[in-house]
Amino acid sequence: MNIVWIFLIAVSIVAATATGRLEALTKALFEGARIAVETSLFLLGIVALWLGITKIIEASGLIHHISSFFRPFITRLFRAIPADHPAISSVTLNLLANFFGLGNAATPLGIKAMRDLQSLNQDKHRITFEMMLFIVLNTASIQFIPFTVVGILSEMGSKNPTAIVLPTLCATIVSAVVAVLVLLLFRRLMR
Amino acid sequence: MKFIAFVSQFAIPGFILFTVLYGAFKKVRVYDCFVEGAKESLQVVVNIFPYLLAIFIAVKAFQASGVFDFLKAGIASSLTAIGIPPEALSVALIKPLSGSASMALFTEIVKTAGPDSTASRLSGVIMGSAETTFYVLAVYLGAVGIRNTRYLVPVCVIADALGIVIAVLVVKIFF
Repeated sequence: MNIVWIFLIAVSIVAATATGRLEALTKALFEGARIAVETSLFLLGIVALWLGITKIIEASGLIHHISSFFRPFITRLFRAIPADHPAISSVTLNLLANFFGLGNAATPLGIKAMRDLQSLNQDKHRITFEMMLFIVLNTASIQFIPFTVVGILSEMGSKNPTAIVLPTLCATIVSAVVAVLVLLLFRRLMR
Repeated sequence: MKFIAFVSQFAIPGFILFTVLYGAFKKVRVYDCFVEGAKESLQVVVNIFPYLLAIFIAVKAFQASGVFDFLKAGIASSLTAIGIPPEALSVALIKPLSGSASMALFTEIVKTAGPDSTASRLSGVIMGSAETTFYVLAVYLGAVGIRNTRYLVPVCVIADALGIVIAVLVVKIFF
């Protein structure tokens, strides 16, 4: 992330100087700070909601039912998660929320999943393979129906707004598989 | 479609209802439990905030710097030559950085190119199959305070790039 950040900042400022957009750039820097605050406040609300709900799931023992039901699927991918660990249910719930396009549930549950995966981590500053796999699956955004996109297309008078549903599903599944393969390739190369 | 839309709408309220009733049935003090869990969110968001700030400042600056226009102008002619609408490329480049900016751009493309054009369809597939990668990275890594991300970032960037190629191929096959 260090390199990405240096790259974005340096290229932006150099390019803005070259194209005479320094004023717009300065404005954008403060705009970024404002959006970060707004997003954090929004996150605070939805994360609180879902951490509250997941606490009930844990305290009532519902978590064991969710874990045991999805364990066969999840542990096949995430081998280092022990049986009946809370990470199984939070990872599952996040992936399901993503699948159904429930962004406001997916992010908080993903945060919970990262915390659960972190509890299995020996070196707290170094990412584990399971965490990387989880993030890669999230950035591949496996989604059943892209409601927002279909909504915009139909609003703009498309004759067949759902024509993109199947192609999107195909594209998203193939790219998720490819993303996991890239991750596995890197693991082999970096060993 | 209607049925799936309904399931999607019902999923969260239904899940919360079930959780609360199940908790009550198991004699859990549901309300106190909820409040206790919700309290943890303050610490979580405090941890995430500086990461979000860093990424939003960088992304906003990048968008304002005009690098995108420069890139687009450079690649547009070669893209048109192989039959890819160059508008879709801007969506593909902005989506990993900013969800709202890519959505605005997508709406603009649908407006100007028409909702049933190849440009709109390809942009739509990219919108649906790509994710706001750097936001996800900032939030998820920030939540647990990971510093050493090993090979995660290169994997995400390569996977995003391949995702664009896959979207183009899929749209070519379907339409």
